[in-house]
Formats: sequence, structure tokens, C-alpha cells
Amino acid sequence: MSRERIWGYGLPALVAVATMGFWEWIVYALDIKHFVLPAPSAIAAAAIESWGSLMDATWVTIRVTVIAFVLALIFGIAFATLFAQSRTIERALFPYAVTLQVTPVVAIAPLILIWVGPDNAERAVLILATIVAFFPILANATLGLRSADRQLHELFDLYGASRWQRLIRLQFPAALPNILTGMKISGGLALIGAVVAEFAAGSGTSTGLAWVILQAGFNLKVAKAFAALGLLAAIGITIYALLSLLERHALKHWHESARPPE
Amino acid sequence: MLLSFDNVTKTFPNGTLALDRVNLSIASGEFVSLVGPSGCGKSTALRLIAGLIEPSAGKVAWTHAKPSVGFVFQDAALMPWATVAKNVRLPLELTRKDDAEADRRVADTLELVGLTKFANAYPRELSGGMRMRVSIARALATDASVLLMDEPFAALDELTRDRLNDELRELWAVKNLTIVFVTHSVYESVYLSSRVIAMSQRPGRVIADIAMTEPKTRTRDFRMTTAYGERCRDVRSALQRELATP
Repeated sequence: MSRERIWGYGLPALVAVATMGFWEWIVYALDIKHFVLPAPSAIAAAAIESWGSLMDATWVTIRVTVIAFVLALIFGIAFATLFAQSRTIERALFPYAVTLQVTPVVAIAPLILIWVGPDNAERAVLILATIVAFFPILANATLGLRSADRQLHELFDLYGASRWQRLIRLQFPAALPNILTGMKISGGLALIGAVVAEFAAGSGTSTGLAWVILQAGFNLKVAKAFAALGLLAAIGITIYALLSLLERHALKHWHESARPPE
Repeated sequence: MLLSFDNVTKTFPNGTLALDRVNLSIASGEFVSLVGPSGCGKSTALRLIAGLIEPSAGKVAWTHAKPSVGFVFQDAALMPWATVAKNVRLPLELTRKDDAEADRRVADTLELVGLTKFANAYPRELSGGMRMRVSIARALATDASVLLMDEPFAALDELTRDRLNDELRELWAVKNLTIVFVTHSVYESVYLSSRVIAMSQRPGRVIADIAMTEPKTRTRDFRMTTAYGERCRDVRSALQRELATP
């Protein structure tokens, strides 16, 4: 492992250990109550104690996040493709995409919950998370599909390329860096959406990590809430790492961003 | 006669008059250079020949059916996400050639430009001169008999440019091509072509049409000859006369 990489992983790890140590010490030193700020050791104990229910909730949250992300990806690219075909369609529809984006998801949550029925809270959460994650992919893919080189477009004209050939062989590859950027943003937003939507629309029928945090808060089981919070952070980091890996792999041969240092 | 411009005028949607009643004809096997100041409509003329744009008035007519035409753009215009071989293969795929045929032509054209060893390289791994060779191979992959080139070597360093000039002369002779070459360099146009057409500033018109079929084979010594110097002077003075008139 290179010096560079040791620093890259080692330094944040060192910070984590130092922070944990300080945290543990200050909780005991100042005798802070466990329902205000539990020590790391108490959080770990709570995590082990309710490991089963925490894992169930984690699975629910991961499932909602991944499905919402995939739906956002499909709808985002589909609409971007449509927009790239015609400026008129884009002008007609884009303001509504923006409207959907800027309307706070907590504000539409009750409506969605009414429409899908309170017994289907998980479906409502899924829809809301999809709405949150949709826009970055749409906006970035639309930009990318339009950013293919003009001379390459002329080359496709010269050989009488069909609309489909142009889309598959020119516009999609040219848009790939933008789509991957959109995916990295949307991956995180899908998780945020899943959590916020569960806060807003959750009920006994949707039991992800957000629900665990709510319940733990009501019961003053703050250590369990912290454990759930840690799991949420772990999910977010994993999503980001996986998408970064995908990006690096997909662009390694050609994009400037993936050029190895000289 | 291969093709002719018959009173061709081109006005762009923004009102720019790029070409004004241009008449010219190009014979099969000619190496024609269009030379003139920036924005004189020489690229527009090239795109009219390629059929990428239509004239606003007048006619661009091919004497026989339009042959297979290759186009070489200013900055190579390669797909950065595809290997050299896949870039050269693109026109064959767009025109739906079968796989075996496409494989053969990719191999042939890469050999022609001396890039066989780089078939699996990506464009960013190549020098500017090599990228331009890929672009030429791509234009020739469909067995094009007409090669249209839009200031292809403008961004290259002088030594690379000289070498590519020689390679292009050789390709032209070996493959019996008709080449229309747009450049703003008087020297390049005289060195390369069998005929130089000088164009005025916008709106573009033909202001001089100078044939120079001899010598057939040109080496770097040709640049030292009196004939070369005189032709350069002729083209240059035609362009300067034009600049002097308000």
C-alpha cells in the first residue's frame, strides 16, 4: 500500500479513535446522563442488545433506498432522453420537474399517504424517496445528453445515423460522466428521502431505521437511537463508495477526471 | 467533372451571408485546397459538399450519383470513450456493414495510416498527429473516394504537420482520392494541392483559381524551388488584393 493510501485511510481512522476516546472520557468525567449523551460503549451495548430489530430496520431502509434510487434512475434517464429529443417537450415539462424538486417532501407526504392508504406506509415512503432522488439524475442526464461534441454529431449526420443510433452510440456515452455525477448525488438523496419520508409518513407498517430513531426517542433510549444513526451513516457511506467505484471503473479509460496522476 | 457549385448562396438562420453566388467545379482525382481568411465560408463550402447543410439558393450537383464521402474535422473529433479500432469502425456500423467486412476494413485502414499497433489504445493515449491519422482512417473506412478536410492540421506542431502533409499526398496518389482541403495556410495549400482556390472575406466568393499539377511527387525539396515560391506569392497577392479593397 502506498504512503498516500495509508494516509488516506489512516488519518480519518485516527480521528475516529481519538474522538471516541474523548467522547467516552467526557461522558464519565462530566457524568452526563445516558439519555442526553450516551457513551460509545453504551451505544455499542445497546446495538448488541437490540441487534435483531436493528438489522430488520436496516434491511427495510436499504430496500426502500435502493428501490427508490433505481426508480429515480429509470425515470430520470427516461425523461432526460425525452427532453433531449425535443426542446419543446423540455420547455413544457421541465418546470414541473423543478416544482416537484423544490416542494418540501414533508409537505406532500400526508397527501401521498392518503393516496396509497395508511396501511401501505412503506409504499408512500418509497414514492417520496423516489421524488427526492429523481431530480439530480434528470438534470445531469439532460445536460449530458446535450453535451456531445458538435463535430461528432455532424459525423453521425454524414452517415445518416438513426435517432436511436445517435442516442446509443453518441449521446449516452457522452452523458455518462454527468449521469454518474447525478447518481452519486441521488444515491445519498434516496437515503435522506427514505428517512425523511419515514419521519413524515411512517407508521407501524413502515419500520425502517427512522422509525427506530423516533421510537427510541419517545422511550428515551438514546443509545439505541445513536446506534440506528450509526447504521444510517454506514449505509450512506457504502452507497457513496460503491457509486464512486462504479464511476472510476466506467470512466477510467477516457475521462479526464479518471486520469491517473502523472 | 465530379461535382459543381452552381450559383450557390448560403445564408444562415441568423442572417449571416456565408457564401455569395459561388460557381466552381471539381474534377475527379483533384486535390483542391480552399484557402482564405477566417470566416470566409470555406468550411461552409465543405459542409455543402458533404450534404451536411443545404444551399439557400443555387445548387450543389454531383455529375454522377454522390459517391461515398469521408469528412475529417478540425480537432480529430474522436469518441474519447472508444478505442482506436472502435472509432474507425463507427461509420461502418452506422451504415450497417456486416461484421466480417467491418473487421477487414478497420484492419486495412489502420494499416494504411500505420496505426495497427494502436488499435486498442484510447484517444487520450495518442499524440495529436496520431489522433489525426485515426480521424483520416475513419473517413476512409467506408472506402470513400472523396475526402473532405476542414483545417485538419491547424492545431499540430510544424514538424508533425509537414509529415502528415507528405502522408496525405501519398494517400491521395495511392488511393486515387479526390480531396477538398480547407486551410488558412497559403504554404500548406500550395505544397499539398493540384489546385488552389482562394476565397474572399465574408460573404465568400472565389477570387483566384490557380492550378498547379506539377510536380507530381513532392518532397521537402519542393519547398525550396522557385515554382513553389512563385505560386505562394500568386495566392498570397490574390488574398492581399482582396484585403486591400474596402
